[in-house]
Amino acid sequence: MRSAGLFPHIPSYLGTYGSLIQQQLTMALLSVLFGLIAALPIALLCVRYPKIYPAMVGLLTVIYSLPSIALFVLLVPSTGLTQTTVIIPLSVYSLAALVPNIVEGIRGIPEDVRLAAVAMGYTGARRLVAVDLPLAVPPIMAGLRVATVGNVSMVSVGTVIGVGAFGALFTAAAQLSRSDLAVTGIVVIVALALACDLLLVVAQRLLTPWNKRRSA
Amino acid sequence: MISFVQVGKTYPDGTVAVAATDLTADSGRITVLVGPSGSGKTTLLRMVNRMIEPTSGEILIDGVDVRSKSAPELRRGIGYVIQNAGLFPHRTVLANVMTVPRLLGWSKDKARERAMELLTTVGLEESHAKRYPFQLSGGQQQRVGVARALAADPPVLLMDEPFSAVDPVVRKDLQTELLRLQSELSKTILFVTHDIDEAIQLGDKVAVLNTGGVLEQFDTPTELLANPKNEFVESFLGLDRGVRRLSFFSSTGVPLRPEPVVARDAPAAEVLARRGAQPWLLVVDDGHKPLGWLTAEQVPADGDLTKVAVGELVSYGHTFGAATDSLRAALDSAILSPSSRAVGVAEDGRVVGVASVEELVPAIRAAQSASVPDTGHGDRGEPGDRVEPGDRNDREDRDDNPDTV
Repeated sequence: MRSAGLFPHIPSYLGTYGSLIQQQLTMALLSVLFGLIAALPIALLCVRYPKIYPAMVGLLTVIYSLPSIALFVLLVPSTGLTQTTVIIPLSVYSLAALVPNIVEGIRGIPEDVRLAAVAMGYTGARRLVAVDLPLAVPPIMAGLRVATVGNVSMVSVGTVIGVGAFGALFTAAAQLSRSDLAVTGIVVIVALALACDLLLVVAQRLLTPWNKRRSA
Repeated sequence: MISFVQVGKTYPDGTVAVAATDLTADSGRITVLVGPSGSGKTTLLRMVNRMIEPTSGEILIDGVDVRSKSAPELRRGIGYVIQNAGLFPHRTVLANVMTVPRLLGWSKDKARERAMELLTTVGLEESHAKRYPFQLSGGQQQRVGVARALAADPPVLLMDEPFSAVDPVVRKDLQTELLRLQSELSKTILFVTHDIDEAIQLGDKVAVLNTGGVLEQFDTPTELLANPKNEFVESFLGLDRGVRRLSFFSSTGVPLRPEPVVARDAPAAEVLARRGAQPWLLVVDDGHKPLGWLTAEQVPADGDLTKVAVGELVSYGHTFGAATDSLRAALDSAILSPSSRAVGVAEDGRVVGVASVEELVPAIRAAQSASVPDTGHGDRGEPGDRVEPGDRNDREDRDDNPDTV
């Protein structure tokens, strides 16, 4: 069954466009979220001990260069053919975008602001929450945008273990010689990535009304 | 009172930032630390709230060692104003000012109320409260910085080159404002600057520091200007220190002669009589306010001054307040006037009399020999006490903004 138009019919075993979009976003956004949760303590450690920062960046770059398929294969024995197996590598990849941005964000706080915070009598932890992290929001958001857009697209690779969401659509397109499916899949993924990016931009504006450089 | 007792700071590589220093900043007074870069002035300041720890000696605030409390606790009890204000850019003006009260555990309402009150104190509008720092000018930001430092009403205020990053006009405003605030609040202020003029203007006492953290001289501004202890202090004070010192002496000793002052509508006989005796006549209006100078030759033969247009009169430069301004203002008034005569006015702007440069000399001589300036303000300061900050303010204002021109 083939129909013309923007959303051609897809083989029923793949589910609906709605379910594909849901899977794609779930895996992409969860991996960014877990990435952020892991990136914060790593970045704070790098701020506290600047000597380990170059080594950490090197390590994250090496991890980022590992082929995702290889990681899936390594994980399958422990996490099986599940979304978790896709989410874990993508979370780790996110670190490469998030950790440096958090570190640079905190380091980029103007010296006089940092001194003022100390002189007002902030203790370390309270200063982090009240001053350092809020001021690092713009670079952190920049990192989140890179990680999110990347992950929305990368989730497709999960098709090799059968949980690729739109990746399955591309596999089907190859097997059935349905280039229309491939084109539609690309369009939807790009649209999803742009929509996520836009939401993050809006979120950043709402979070940083104090930022005079309101770069999009 | 802040006491530095043999306080020194030597870095591990052997660099001496501060040589063993004894210094006492009196309660309720402004003590200025001034010196070139590398003189340890900021290091000394930051030792007070333990942002830098000394390697020797001790610092006492009202007799209590600063190390007897935890550093954050100590800092919440000491106001701190930093260069460029150092406001938290992500917080509104109000939230910035509320910082220390909130850290001290005040309720939000109480902190907000106090912050609003302080904004007014430092000369800001209530409408500034909801703005973010980037929406303010540099001068306004620094006012917020001062308000933030004062928020929990600390007895001690540390000011770390607070006005050095703003333009000269705004700096002058902020300095005047600080003296006004201080006359109301009487904080114990330790003020760091590299600008000797700022030190002289603001300090009740000034500590001149040399490279390597060596305290060269610690004195009142007048004593510093009159008797610099060594070549370094003298060169640091710069030229015209003699003239600058005159701003600490009252002009009440200046003889103001009413004879050359003549009303524009004065009877012709009076005008002609005065013309004979004075080379210059100061013409005043019917409110006895100055209009301008007239040379004896310019006076009409019939003595009718209404024939002379106001525009033809020679400008009198600026006046000085006969009861309130300094000797320096009087001298300046005389030097700026084409007649070489200073015009002294009462507080309501009426001319009291005039004095030539030569007639100022005895008053200047008297100031030269006086080690303690006589303020001449019997109603405001104790005899022999130095000029109160508030008084000095008024005077500086008039120096620069002659409101009668």
